[in-house]
Amino acid sequence: MTTLGDSFLTAWQLVAAADTRLAGIVWLSLRVSFAATLIACVVGMPIGALLAVGRFPGRRVLIVLFNGLMGLPPVVVGLLVYLLLSRAGPLGAFGLLFSPTAMVIAQAILVTPIVAALTRQVIADEWAEYREQLRSLGASRSRAAATLLWDGRFSLSTAALAGFGRAIAEVGAVMIVGGNIDGVTRVMTTTIALETSKGDLPLALALGLVLIAVVLSINAVAYAVRGWAERKWG
Amino acid sequence: MIFRRLFCSALAVAGLLGAGSTRAEERFITVSSTTSTEQSGLFGHLLPAFEKASGIKVRVVALGTGQALDLARRGDADVVFVHDKTAEEKFIAEGFGVKRQEVMYNDFIVVGPKADPAKAHGTNGRDILEGLRRIEATKAPFVSRGDKSGTHAAELRYWKAAGIDLDKAKGPWYRDTGSGMGPALNTAASMNAYILADRGTWLSFKNRGELAIIVEGDTKLFNQYGVILVNPAKHPHVKQADGQKFIDWVVAAEGQQAIASYKIGGEQLFFPNAKP
Amino acid sequence: MTVWLAIDGLGLIEGGTTIIDSATLTLSAQRNVVLGPNGAGKSTLLRLIHGLLHPSGGRIAWPTSLSQAMVFQRPVMLRTTVLANVEYGLKLKGYATAERRRRAGESLARVGLEHIAARPARLLSGGEQQRVALARAWALEPELLILDEPTASLDPASSREVERIIDEIAASGTRILMTTHNLGQAKRIAEEIVFIDRGRIVEQTAVEPFFTLPQTEAAQRFLQEETP
Repeated sequence: MTTLGDSFLTAWQLVAAADTRLAGIVWLSLRVSFAATLIACVVGMPIGALLAVGRFPGRRVLIVLFNGLMGLPPVVVGLLVYLLLSRAGPLGAFGLLFSPTAMVIAQAILVTPIVAALTRQVIADEWAEYREQLRSLGASRSRAAATLLWDGRFSLSTAALAGFGRAIAEVGAVMIVGGNIDGVTRVMTTTIALETSKGDLPLALALGLVLIAVVLSINAVAYAVRGWAERKWG
Repeated sequence: MIFRRLFCSALAVAGLLGAGSTRAEERFITVSSTTSTEQSGLFGHLLPAFEKASGIKVRVVALGTGQALDLARRGDADVVFVHDKTAEEKFIAEGFGVKRQEVMYNDFIVVGPKADPAKAHGTNGRDILEGLRRIEATKAPFVSRGDKSGTHAAELRYWKAAGIDLDKAKGPWYRDTGSGMGPALNTAASMNAYILADRGTWLSFKNRGELAIIVEGDTKLFNQYGVILVNPAKHPHVKQADGQKFIDWVVAAEGQQAIASYKIGGEQLFFPNAKP
Repeated sequence: MTVWLAIDGLGLIEGGTTIIDSATLTLSAQRNVVLGPNGAGKSTLLRLIHGLLHPSGGRIAWPTSLSQAMVFQRPVMLRTTVLANVEYGLKLKGYATAERRRRAGESLARVGLEHIAARPARLLSGGEQQRVALARAWALEPELLILDEPTASLDPASSREVERIIDEIAASGTRILMTTHNLGQAKRIAEEIVFIDRGRIVEQTAVEPFFTLPQTEAAQRFLQEETP
């Protein structure tokens, strides 16, 4: 129990002291996961919309595939990206291993299926409602997909947030491809893992509380913006 | 098309965010090392001094010795800084390393429950082999790293030297955790088990619970660290000049003094012993 | 009057149920209303004609190809402004921005909604949304406008307004093919009635004789049940 109490106190002290090292770590976490989520949205949302709207061979297989990949273990993704980016790997020449870019790539791979699968669900619901009207107006399926992506933008923010939440909370992938290098690739989750291995459980938990607070505030802001936008546009 | 424009700008933003502060012009080397050196805080003490002297940043990836060497085998590090002489010599023999230089040593200790139910402390608490024999005889819980790290390799050597065939003796008392030094210590603390640890990690470890040092000071427990430049002949992108600068610095007077001056709670963790 | 649509032996079977049963029909009047009891297949027939559904058999022949638009019972509004909703259909047809804006504006003026062009479409009342849907269809200047129960979910005042707009669209020369539950509305709009029962086209009669002296027993029963 003292650990929990200590942790809340430590978390509060960390935030109150506006510790620059902590701020750097939080900022890197946000930057990496935000970039990864952005890529995942740019790639995953059109895929999800086409899976919802399109009719092509292999569609069902792809739907099952993307739903399944939502549970992709981060460590496996990390390993995969590590082997790709390693000097001995096919993309080794770029020297990207142990850089924030590598972390963005790994998280983007991890998150894209989540965004795609959730987008497919949202767009499939919209498609059921809009299908006849859009086809009557002469929209092709890809055009309909684009229209529904724009029209479903408020609901789709949930898919993006789910992806972001997964990205910023995972440790397995960034640990492997980032290497947890102090000041370069050390993010919140890898710091937590490190402090846990040092046996500094109160500090680890305090960092965990800061992470939760950051994620919660982002969700709260997004929720408020979404509510406002929905009231505005219906 | 608005979507195409959206697509492009999103990718541009992602690129900026992802690559933001990885300044390409920053001069750095990558060192693959062990959790014991990183987590004990030695690098935090040592590297700023080197960076100040040379202008070269050192990026440390901390893993078990086995993993650290594998990372270097794949060409993902410029220098390895580890502690498993046998594995290091194999690494050189395979042609992945240029030359092994000894830097410093620390020592292993056996940590266990204060009450010492296995009486592993023995008569003077300085006999590692006798201590292990007693632990095995009483089947007292023992946590092993089990991760091919330098510490793990040393542990296996001690069991062998103590005349115990682990494959036969293994039972529920012997917990193979497959984890780093810190996590293994956490496990030992929660199980009140014995464990072989390096002194540095132990001294900076906070979650000790009921654990205390049971065996220490046996000369067999000395743990030699070596530093090796990854062979540029195998991996041409290796930063040979800067990597060599780091090695030269750490084995020279300045680096050796910096190592000796690192203390936790007044206790020296690492003892420089580079041969000039 | 020339025939503009000829349907021959059209059928639709879905999941073993016959929804449209070998319908044969020619349309030549400008204003046509399809009547029939619930579940008779009225909406399905309209969707087959509009091309939203593929028939299981038979054929639909267009002597001259007609541009079409369709208005549904429940208008589907995109989450954008009223004006952008009307523009959307024009955009799909490939009109340039300026032309699009002009036509959409005009169309909104004709349904009396130009003053709310900038409002979010989804927040309008049902009646206003249906008028936007009519403006969206009208902006395309279709040669045939298909309407599926356009006033079924509206209050009487909105119904009257929608009816007035349909009348105006028809007056501009557009052919009308619609279904309704409102017999008064059918009388006011139709020149010709197509009566359909249990997936079969039962009779096709000019509006006057249909309401005074329907030829088939099914139509007589329907009129008796529907007239209060």
